[in-house]
Amino acid sequence: MVSLTAHGTGIQLENIEKRYGSIYALKQVSLEIAGGECVALAGRNGSGKTTLLRIAAGLVKPTSGRVALLDAQGAHGPRNGTRAAGFVGHATMLYEELTAEENLRLFARLLAVPDANTRIARLLREVGLEERRGSPLRTFSRGMRQRVAIARALLREPGLLLLDEPATGLDPAGTQWLAGQLRALRDAGCTIVMSLHGESALSALAKRAVRLERGKVAADTREGADLGAVLAFSDAQ
Amino acid sequence: MSLLATTSALLGKELRTEFRSRELLTTTIVFILLVVVLFSFTFDPSAAESRRFGPGLLWLAFLFAASLMLQSCFVREQNNDTLGALRLAVADPFAIFLAKLSANTLFLFLTELLMVPVFTVLYNVPLLAVVPQLALVLFLGSFGLAVTGTALSAVSAQARMRELMLPLLLLPLLTPLLIASTEATAALFDTKPALRWDWVAILAAFDVVFLTAVWLFGEYLLEE
Repeated sequence: MVSLTAHGTGIQLENIEKRYGSIYALKQVSLEIAGGECVALAGRNGSGKTTLLRIAAGLVKPTSGRVALLDAQGAHGPRNGTRAAGFVGHATMLYEELTAEENLRLFARLLAVPDANTRIARLLREVGLEERRGSPLRTFSRGMRQRVAIARALLREPGLLLLDEPATGLDPAGTQWLAGQLRALRDAGCTIVMSLHGESALSALAKRAVRLERGKVAADTREGADLGAVLAFSDAQ
Repeated sequence: MSLLATTSALLGKELRTEFRSRELLTTTIVFILLVVVLFSFTFDPSAAESRRFGPGLLWLAFLFAASLMLQSCFVREQNNDTLGALRLAVADPFAIFLAKLSANTLFLFLTELLMVPVFTVLYNVPLLAVVPQLALVLFLGSFGLAVTGTALSAVSAQARMRELMLPLLLLPLLTPLLIASTEATAALFDTKPALRWDWVAILAAFDVVFLTAVWLFGEYLLEE
């Protein structure tokens, strides 16, 4: 299982707005996610889940509002804190021409991962790609690429994981494997925010569900009967 | 991680991906070769005409080839959102530019060094005596092309009609560089070759100004 030494990093989003021309992707979104929380983001296509996650990661600048990561170093902007966060997006964020190992080695070097060789070997073993470590990524199936993408996000043992539909491309066994990894991370104190479509093995991990509708928070529920209803809502759309 | 260490890691990635795909080098070499060969066959210039028109022809070929090469520089980082991954991983985004700039300069410079002997043979302009001086002018010109082109490639990659956007922004901006490189090269192509330091100084100044601008504003160019 994935090890974790970092403490969970909390995240605070205050009055976040994101506008593309005249279209609002997010409107006055405020969320406070405590360190160690596991949150599922639900909502139909175009509700603003991806934009919210990319803003939280520091990849997209909000039109207005404030993002702060809260960790042992105190509160700071995502730009200074993203190196502590792991992000898995819609795309794999990996180089097709490089092998799985070269991709991980590159990002391990950029992130200054201590004892990178051991860490990479361990991650490749955990994602079940040890034997394909030397194969170029372009020869991998979508599911295998997604596993490498997840390994990349875990390289630095992040205190905060931002996952945008992380089960994309994974078969049922792969989804179960991912659920196991995320469960271990959650139990070790890592903060997890993941966008999901409907209930799945992954949604069962969430202790809190937030539903976005047209760029606004429509529901925000912690453990209980409502949690399933919030997640099931997007499935029914 | 220091800027130099990050840049060297990213440069290694640029070189590895390019030498595996050979996308940029092939495009550039084939384009310049075609221009040089076709121009030679079409106009059949004498040695004197080659000395007069050769520098302009060479630099125009380099310029158009560079705009082709630089087009995909940031576009291919968008295919898998690898630019996002880099932005999340590096502390200083200037390292991303610096690595791309170094790789682009190297690819352009290599291509030019390969094309100059072809030009010498086809146009009957002996250049053996001025190889070091010519290499200096080619390097400064390539660096200027690469620094401007890399920055504008980041801008145009996010725009609609990006295929049109890059040459449209790049070509007017490179006019001073094109004039200085052509004039410096023309002085070396002369029957009494000499290195014109005034044009070399303009080239170096262009490079420094645009590198500084990228260093100051590069971060904003990478934002979504």
